[in-house]
Amino acid sequence: MSRRRISLRQELPLLVWLVIVWGALWQDFSPGNLLFGTLLAVAVARLFYLPPVELSGRFNILYAVPFALVFLAKVVVASAQVLYLAVMRGPQVKNAVVAVTLRSHQDLLVTATGHVISLIPGSLVVEVDRSTSTLYLHALNISSAEDVDNLRAEVRSIEAGLIRIMGTREEVDAVRTEAAA
Amino acid sequence: MSPDPTGLDFWIDLFSAVFMVVGAVMSLGAAIGLLRFPDLLSRMHAATKPQVLGLFLLLAAIGLQMRTWWVWPVLVVAWIFQLLTVPVSAHMVGRAGYRTKHLHRELLTADELEAVVQKAAAKTAREDSSGDGQLH
Amino acid sequence: MMQTVLVLTAVIFSLAAAGAIIRIARGPSLLDRVLAADVLLAILGGALCVDMAVNRHLNNLMLVVAISIIGFIGSVTVARFVADRREQPDES
Repeated sequence: MSRRRISLRQELPLLVWLVIVWGALWQDFSPGNLLFGTLLAVAVARLFYLPPVELSGRFNILYAVPFALVFLAKVVVASAQVLYLAVMRGPQVKNAVVAVTLRSHQDLLVTATGHVISLIPGSLVVEVDRSTSTLYLHALNISSAEDVDNLRAEVRSIEAGLIRIMGTREEVDAVRTEAAA
Repeated sequence: MSPDPTGLDFWIDLFSAVFMVVGAVMSLGAAIGLLRFPDLLSRMHAATKPQVLGLFLLLAAIGLQMRTWWVWPVLVVAWIFQLLTVPVSAHMVGRAGYRTKHLHRELLTADELEAVVQKAAAKTAREDSSGDGQLH
Repeated sequence: MMQTVLVLTAVIFSLAAAGAIIRIARGPSLLDRVLAADVLLAILGGALCVDMAVNRHLNNLMLVVAISIIGFIGSVTVARFVADRREQPDES
């Protein structure tokens, strides 16, 4: 069992998250409590060692904030759509299982894309093929080949947004050239 | 809590009231979807997703009503926990549902996974029969 | 105004809970029942949230988080169990 040393920079997001959870659970954000939380977070990260998530080392907040807002808007719109389908269409709804090939092969990005797609109502990740990074989605209210293409384009655009936020340099360049073309 | 029609309190109360009612309607939508959709995978959509928005609105209503800054991180943590767990459980149940054939094929317009699954099943069957033929 | 909201949400949540319970009782498969139980837990959490917002306290916030985590662990466990039991006849 080889323990690769991970840099503090890579561990930092995890530590910050643990401290925030600690403060939130105590509902107390005083400096003393946060300091104790930091000590605990470091101890937890050292004792219960997990394989580090491979981050690309960049995180673009300028893309993250609009992405979060667009995501929230999509969740609102899609929730209303599912509500409408449940009430009006009900038993006659048509679905499809669609395969979408992603650009990125990083675990983090594939996971993040799958999460975002699953959170937006109307689509759900049924199966993942990691070797080709293909997501198999089950989508609600797909009645034509056109809908399938639209869904695929939407998933690819969500992935492009995530790559802009935290993808590697090469992936960002690939997305840029694709967008320019 | 007496409403003063021009004050800030009135608007905060109004917004949180709207949030609470819409959040409750999201739960009702989940229940209607559970009852009306024809198969397990479509019920999944109705069951898990509106709750994301519903809980968001209800937590926002709490945050508006408490009027202290330190509840917001707590609420955000509660919501992020839900954001992290909902897709995982939805995926697990959905995958189990797909594998145990709890879906109506006639309601699918396309199924691009079926061919892959059948290919994989054929491959394992071939490997099994070539490996230890006497077992089959 | 808050009292009207409380009554209105109570009615909506009761209807939703009734729907989820009907699905638990009727649900053709185990997974349907698990899904409906998950929804029932979410409705419970939503009702706790409304109570906290109307009465302005935070006593149950951790209970809401705990409820959603219990729902998560429950459905993941059952999903694995179902997948395993159904798969074995195919593999042997």
